[in-house]
Formats: sequence, C-alpha cells, structure tokens
Amino acid sequence: MSNVPSDLKYISSHEWVREEDDGTVTIGITDHAQELLGDVVYVELPDVDSEVALEDEIAVVESVKAASDIYAPLSGTIIAVNEDLEDAPETVNSSPYDDGWMFKMQPSEPSELEGLLDAESYQNEIED
Amino acid sequence: MGLKTPFYDSHVKANAKIVDFGGWDMPLHYGSQLEEHHIVRQDAGMFDVSHMTVVEVKGAEAKPYLRYLLANDVEKLQESGKALYSGMLNHEGGVIDDLIVYFIDSSNYRVVVNASTREKDLAWMAEQASNFEVSVTENTDFAMLAVQGPNAIEKTNSVLSKAQQEAVAGIGVFFAADSEGYFIARTGYTGEDGYEIMVPADQAGEFWNKLVDAGVRPCGLGARDTLRLEAGMNLYGNEMDETVSPLEANMGWTITWTPEDRDFIGKSALLSQKEVGIKNKLVGLVLQGKGVIRSHMKVIAEGVGEGETTSGTMSPTLKQSIGIARVPKATGETVMVEIRKKLVPAKVVKATFVRMGKALV
Repeated sequence: MSNVPSDLKYISSHEWVREEDDGTVTIGITDHAQELLGDVVYVELPDVDSEVALEDEIAVVESVKAASDIYAPLSGTIIAVNEDLEDAPETVNSSPYDDGWMFKMQPSEPSELEGLLDAESYQNEIED
Repeated sequence: MGLKTPFYDSHVKANAKIVDFGGWDMPLHYGSQLEEHHIVRQDAGMFDVSHMTVVEVKGAEAKPYLRYLLANDVEKLQESGKALYSGMLNHEGGVIDDLIVYFIDSSNYRVVVNASTREKDLAWMAEQASNFEVSVTENTDFAMLAVQGPNAIEKTNSVLSKAQQEAVAGIGVFFAADSEGYFIARTGYTGEDGYEIMVPADQAGEFWNKLVDAGVRPCGLGARDTLRLEAGMNLYGNEMDETVSPLEANMGWTITWTPEDRDFIGKSALLSQKEVGIKNKLVGLVLQGKGVIRSHMKVIAEGVGEGETTSGTMSPTLKQSIGIARVPKATGETVMVEIRKKLVPAKVVKATFVRMGKALV
C-alpha cells in the first residue's frame, strides 16, 4: 500500500505539491511513482530561474527500468532544485516526500492550485 | 497467468516483484535491483534461470550434427563436462540463438538455449536433424539456478552433498560435473565466478532454502541484465538476432573456420560477408555527460556515419551510464549519443566494463 500524505496535493502523473507558508510550492514524485519506477539512478532537474508552464516536461527521472518525464504541476518560476539528488538519486526511493523533493516554484497563476487533486482523489486514481 | 518455474513459490515467499518474461512469471527484483547487483559483485546472489531450455542431443551422429548446426566447433570438446559457447546461425548467416553446449561423450551432448527463442530453436534443431542419426529432445526434468559472485562457489559447495563436493572440487571454468542428479557447471552471465546448476525439479525449493541459509541472496532479472551488460555479454534480441551477422555482434571468436572442410550452417554467407567487407562493429560506450543510455538510441560518429545502441543502463558499479552500440567499422574513440533530443558525448571502448568485481574502463 502506497503512502499518500493527506496534507499534500497531487496530479495524475504522480507528482506531489506542497504549499509552503511563504506562497512557494515544493514538488516531488509520490511513493506510488517511486515504487512503479524501481531504483532511481539519475534525476535531471530544471534550471533555477527558468519559467515553466503548466504541464511542461521539466525534469526527468531515470530508474533502472526507464526514463520518466516530470511535469510542471503549475505555471511559474523555478526557485530552487534539490542538488543532493545528483549524487544520491536513490533518495527519491527512500524518502519521496521529504529528502527526495525535486524542485521549488513560485507559482504565477495561483488559481491553478485549485486544479490539483487532494489526497483522497489521488488515492482513488492509483487504486483504479 | 504465465508459466511458473519450480522456484515460483520461493520467489513469492521472498517478496519478489513478479513480471511476465516471454510467457514466464519471473522475479524482476526482491526489493532493490541495485542492491542485488552489488551483492553479486561483492558476495553471492542466485538467479532462477529455469525458464531456459535444456535440449538433449543424442545418437551416433550427435557430433557431426552439431558440427554442422553450430558455428563454433564441438570437435574442440574432448573432455567430458567441457562446455562451448556458440551461435546457431541461419543460412543467411543471421543468429537464430546463442547457446551453450556441454560435451558428455561424442554421442551425447546437452545444449542450453534461451527461453524467448525456445520454439523456433526446437523447430530448427529438429529440421536440421532429419539428415542425421540423432535425437533432439527437450529435457524438462530440471530447475535451473545460477549462483554468482566472488563467494558463490564456496557458499554453494557448503550445501552440496559429499559426493557432489568431490565432483566439483577444482572444476575449471566452462566445465560441468554431473553428480547425484545435479548438473553443476562453472558458467554464468554476470562476469563473476559461480555456477549454473541444474537441479531435479522436485528438489528445487529445498535447494533454494539451503542456499538462502548459506547466505546466498535471491536476485531478479533486473540485476541479471545490468550485470551482464557491465560484463559486456550479448543479450539475444538486443545485440543480435536473425538479421544480424555474428561478425557484427562481437561473436567472431565463436566462429571456427578451421578445419576448412567442415561445413556449418551460415558458413558460406559469412564468407561472402567477409569478402564484401564487414560494415559495422559492436562497441562499448561510456557516457561522458549526463543522462542514461538506453537501447535504440542514435549514435553519431562524426565524419564516419551513424549507428544505434543495442543496450544501455546506468552502471551500478561504475556509477556512469554505459551502453553497447553497433556503429560503422571506422568509428573512432568518441561518438555522440542522442539522448532525449540532446547529443551527449561518449567514449568508445571494448564492450567489457566490469569483470570479477573490477572496473575495466
């Protein structure tokens, strides 16, 4: 059974979004996604300060099996990336919601937050 | 629901992630493919390879039959138990399969072929047998387990019977010993030392448990693939198939040209290929930039031409992406690999990256 924390938001392509107190958001991939991928061996992250649009392919997670695109769950600016993943991509497997975070964004269209899934809806999607 | 090997229950008990592999329900990993990979490089792991096909070739003309069927020459096998790696070619010189043949005596050979090619192999072998006094029969009595790693032999020996221990004592590489129903061969597909063992199917679970107790860890197909790739060993369907010449698949060493009066299937095709000139070669690639090489990526050799990767992965031992590629013969020391629309430089090396736990690149 995959872990789906109730305080996060999700999109169907298995990214999670955490709304921080300062209005920024942190993004990673879900426990379910890391289970599907298997051991993660390489993560390619977006450039800091780059502008991205909703649903852009902005990062790549490569596992022992295959490469998977990571999509922007919101439009906005990339303000930080998790550089630790360069040397320790396996953190995505061991700690998908904490140390395995991928990037932080400053959303430019806050209304897009309403389009995200809550934990219950995401849970339902992955159980189908 | 796929076919199940005699170890299936053992896999389920060990929490394997089961996937379909050529119609068989096989373990992909038992938690972490990477951990399993490292265990084989550093200690001892075991792989269920029971899905592979064992074929018994027996009869007065078993030897002339195999000398005609295979590109390598079984005449080289003089000592009982000695094994030989060979391609089985079609008349056009393409590779129907790669296999290992064990010599018992000149009227009795045991051949192990791939699982994914079972039906066409058996049909081809039967068809070619019609002109020889020989029987070609699949043997389904065995479960097969590969135990691999620097400690594999020692740990396996500790669970064998006294008679079996004596039979395998000092056994050479590419030799097999037949003892008390077990056929124990010092062969493998990982670049490490170890055994591939045929066990009577009804003793599979018991043997598995003994090995677990001796500290041998179950390993899945995922690790098997990254290990063989680091070792630079071909995978049928990736590096070669019926449309690929062994001369363009690093299999030149498996073709025996002498004595010249031996004919074998595919020989005349290979000779005319040599006369025209071999266009491509199979090389190893070590990625110099970021990303991961996968199969079927475009490879660009500047000023020479283009090729394609046949396999690729992130090497768990080297912590760099490696691959195997078929490229034009004149390709030099560096190429560009097209990875997800970006060109990434790669060093061209001999396709042997890791052997006996040591990095070679």
